[in-house]
Amino acid sequence: MKIDFTHHQAAHCENGVVSNLMKHNGFTVSEPMVFGIGSGLLYCYIPLLMVNHAPAITYRAMPGFIFNRFAKRVGVKFKREKFKNPKTAKARLDENLEKNNPVGLQVGVYNLTYFPDEYRFHFNAHNLVVYGKEGDTYLISDPVMEVVTTLSEKELEKVRFAKGAFAPKGHMYYPIVFPKELNLEKAIVKGIKNTCRDMLAPIPIVGVKGMRLIAKLIRKWPKKQGTKVANHYLGQIVRMQEEIGTGGGGFRYIYAAFLQEAGKILENSQLGVLSAEMTQIGDLWRDFAVDASRIYRNRSTKIETDLYDDIALQLESLADREEVFFKKLRKAI
Amino acid sequence: MKKSDVPQDKSNLESANLRELCYAVDDNGEYTTEHTTGWDPKTIALNNTLEEIKERIEDAKQRVIDNISSPIEYYMELHKMDPSVLASYVGMWQWRIKRHFKPVVFKKLSSKVLQKYAEVFEISIDELKSIEKKS
Repeated sequence: MKIDFTHHQAAHCENGVVSNLMKHNGFTVSEPMVFGIGSGLLYCYIPLLMVNHAPAITYRAMPGFIFNRFAKRVGVKFKREKFKNPKTAKARLDENLEKNNPVGLQVGVYNLTYFPDEYRFHFNAHNLVVYGKEGDTYLISDPVMEVVTTLSEKELEKVRFAKGAFAPKGHMYYPIVFPKELNLEKAIVKGIKNTCRDMLAPIPIVGVKGMRLIAKLIRKWPKKQGTKVANHYLGQIVRMQEEIGTGGGGFRYIYAAFLQEAGKILENSQLGVLSAEMTQIGDLWRDFAVDASRIYRNRSTKIETDLYDDIALQLESLADREEVFFKKLRKAI
Repeated sequence: MKKSDVPQDKSNLESANLRELCYAVDDNGEYTTEHTTGWDPKTIALNNTLEEIKERIEDAKQRVIDNISSPIEYYMELHKMDPSVLASYVGMWQWRIKRHFKPVVFKKLSSKVLQKYAEVFEISIDELKSIEKKS
């Protein structure tokens, strides 16, 4: 069977799935709106964890957080299920499709056959929607893809039960209770306050403080780890920033889009001004990525410590900019 | 970022006929979306990573040939895993897996344990025991 489900491409999987599921149920909520209300923007260094043999930095809230916060703040109830047994997981999925209910799934990327090979890493916090089944082929709406796609039963089981950090364990979710009317105003204010709190948190690894800490580490890397490793680390920072879930610059733009939309809903012209400022900050993040890429482009082993200092300086000025920004944002609402 | 500034560089996305979505402002300062085919700083970072993985695989292969390590390490690298990811796939502790990297220990492994690895790597036990020439 095939459920009448409209696929919309999104910049980021989690927002995209929530937005698409909401739209399917008759509530028009844009992707930036989900991101903003769910307080998706973040900067956090995760000490001790190594991803692809490099330190892990996240530019967004933990997988599932955007989702939970959004649901709670607008008053939508989601049913979530995790499974130990792949058979029950499949049975529950089929049951829901039978009932004409498209569901969201958390999956691992490594075995997603429709992804280009180069993008298949062991990353387990990807999200997609299953909207039907024909024979033993599942119909998939993956928000980062331009068009809908399919997966066989076996392939879907594999990605649902991928292992490693954030193992999805067949995680499946779908909305069950909706409010009579979507009341976005309060949810927006809550979402913005939460983001300001996170970004200005007095914790050394989070928000602007986290950015300063990474800047400090960048200065040390070439001396401590040698240039080759330092270049690799820097490349990974940019990948985590721009690739894995559109990270730094990309997320800043989504957030700016959210502020613009929020400004109209709340009739607060100041948010429009701040949106433009966030766009500028996003541009600076992209400049940071460009400059960093100049260092790791050649994969040379020459020691260029001053270049690393430049990058670190840029990151620190970004931290300063964002600190000022979020203080202003906090006052604006 | 202006809509017209959204980068349209060549990237690995092209082979899969895929474009990403980007948020950008139009001429009136209103936010809208635009497709992007790729962006050089991203592509370089990704290609470097892939290059590094290739090196790691070659390295592991050489170590297996030199009898310093077991094929498990080679297949682990081939599947872009590290010991912690492999450990959760086979359901063993990391230290056990690292121990299995030793050729002496590897030779004594029971077929039951070998089967677990073979299943994860989707190969037969024979293939697991001898690393093939194909790169």
